[in-house]
Amino acid sequence: MENKKYSKEMLLGMYEMMLRIRKFELRLTEYFTKGMLYGNIHTSIGQEAVAVGVCAALEKTDYMTSTHRGHGHSLAKGARSDIMMAELFGRETGYCRGKGGSMHVTDVSLGILGSNGIVGAGIPIATGSGLTSKIKGTKEVTVAFFGDSASNQGTFHESINMAAAWKLPVVYLCENNNYGVSVNIHTVTNTETIAERAVAYNIPGVTVDGNNPLEVYEAVKKAVDRAREGKGPSIVECMTWRMRGHYEGDPATYRDKKITEEWAKKDPIENFKKYLIEEGYDEKELQAIEEAMEDEIEAAIQFALDSPFPDPSEVTTDVYACDNERSVAR
Amino acid sequence: MKKISISAAIREGMREEMLRDENVIMVGEDLGRMGSPFAITLGFLDEFGPNRVIETPISESGFTGMAVGAAMRGMRPVVELMYVDFVSVAMDPVMNQAAKMRYMTGGQVKVPLVVRAPMGSGRRNAGQHSQCLETLFTHIPGLKVVCPSTAKDAKGLIKAAIRDDDPVIFLEHKLLYARKEEVPEEEYIIPLGQADVKREGKDITIITWSRQVYFALEAAEELAKEGIDAEVLDLRTLVPLDWEAIRKSVCKTHNVVVVHEGVKRSGYGGELSAQITEELFDELDSPVTRVAALNVVPPFAPTLEDAFFPHPEDIVKAVKKVLNR
Repeated sequence: MENKKYSKEMLLGMYEMMLRIRKFELRLTEYFTKGMLYGNIHTSIGQEAVAVGVCAALEKTDYMTSTHRGHGHSLAKGARSDIMMAELFGRETGYCRGKGGSMHVTDVSLGILGSNGIVGAGIPIATGSGLTSKIKGTKEVTVAFFGDSASNQGTFHESINMAAAWKLPVVYLCENNNYGVSVNIHTVTNTETIAERAVAYNIPGVTVDGNNPLEVYEAVKKAVDRAREGKGPSIVECMTWRMRGHYEGDPATYRDKKITEEWAKKDPIENFKKYLIEEGYDEKELQAIEEAMEDEIEAAIQFALDSPFPDPSEVTTDVYACDNERSVAR
Repeated sequence: MKKISISAAIREGMREEMLRDENVIMVGEDLGRMGSPFAITLGFLDEFGPNRVIETPISESGFTGMAVGAAMRGMRPVVELMYVDFVSVAMDPVMNQAAKMRYMTGGQVKVPLVVRAPMGSGRRNAGQHSQCLETLFTHIPGLKVVCPSTAKDAKGLIKAAIRDDDPVIFLEHKLLYARKEEVPEEEYIIPLGQADVKREGKDITIITWSRQVYFALEAAEELAKEGIDAEVLDLRTLVPLDWEAIRKSVCKTHNVVVVHEGVKRSGYGGELSAQITEELFDELDSPVTRVAALNVVPPFAPTLEDAFFPHPEDIVKAVKKVLNR
């Protein structure tokens, strides 16, 4: 059954991608608990609709920068779950050959200019990508994903100010999950929304329901079209909630239980499934998608576990592109 | 050969690279009409236009980060920080982004970025405009560090830095800009990682770079009057380091003084001293000695600033002490 506005392919594609992200990250939490994953794991469980809605509005040739909570962004932009899983397990078959891990997933050929471990650091990098498109006269748009709390970094102001002054083709995408680790955004910020800061740069700024992928898609599509037409950047703020702690192992006791329960009712995947059924999609078909994602992620786990760790000799490679050995030696 | 100033040499080198490769862009404050405070980009805006001469707001973190993003997309940005001291507000893009991007992505990404910055004491600019900070950068794997001393070297090295696929920190001493020297007429490149013997000698090696090269040469002339024959080795590039040149010179003279204008504590001189001591101990007739700035904040008053950083007489004194003369 076809929705009037959105094709079946698009809607089921969004559903599939949200499930891919959810199942990917649920397995991460499982393997983290088993002690088989290293470092920090920041899941975006509960925020999947943002990544999926944004990337649905992008072309393959478009670019993005991501954050420490970036698994969803990369998968939605086209990263393969098996290669990404291998990276998170520190294996040589991973996107970064085991040298980056969860916070540095990158595939430039897919337009993924890197997740980033420094809050707010991806924003100027995205701006530089936008500058490049402008200089070269090409039509790519770059999305800078960042969280609500990154909007209090200087890089947010500095980057958006430059992009606005020079009409760079960038969409500044704030994923507002209300918390910077344990700090509620409203205790450290005097505006009701992040998007209203757009006024300071004389650019559009909108706030949308980040748990509804179609609402995200519509807002981002508008901002992307505007950027592609050379009219400059926008801020799109997506209100959402991370259903788990800042990182695995964080019980997130700093959040009000009642609010957490309220948000649990807004699970983007559950709600989108309801919407699809209301739209007349076959529940069995949706079930089949879910099972396919289950299988895909299981295969990704197996691929990761079957892959070797990088050889210790790789520790000194890739520091420099030219004259690496000598530059590393002393 | 023609005689031009070091600032003109850097300008010529960058202009040649901009003409050669349309991906080379300039990014920084006051690069347009003003042509940068030290006139390094004079005329660039008229010649190359605002698409390639990006005159930025005062947003060092933002525009340096932006340059990293542009470099990841295949551009070759040359960022100017007005003074190297200002890198404090652009350190994340330099240290955590540019330097680490290639490694963290498993070799996928190149960051062909040059960050140029004037450095150095002697202009009575006080604490926040006078530092030599090359050591900060040598401590960060992923960065290359260049500190030229002559017009010829500055031109050849800036061209090499722009063509290099890695982030290069290019540090220019403010008191050398006006110095006029001979530069070849024809195009040339000086590869990164090649030291230059600026004066041959057999009794002691003075390892140095940037403005201290001239102080070392002055000191060597003084020492020659007393029968001490000093070799002056200008490293030109700190990373990659020309170890072979150091080894060769140390094996010839068996005595070493390292001279730099940055403060002594945790300076690059300590690093060189350690490497020489660890690997060439048997060659040494004396402990490797450092001559460097005092561990204080660059002062303002002339009497204080002159007492802060090394001068030729300090080098002479150190050499004589090492040689028991």
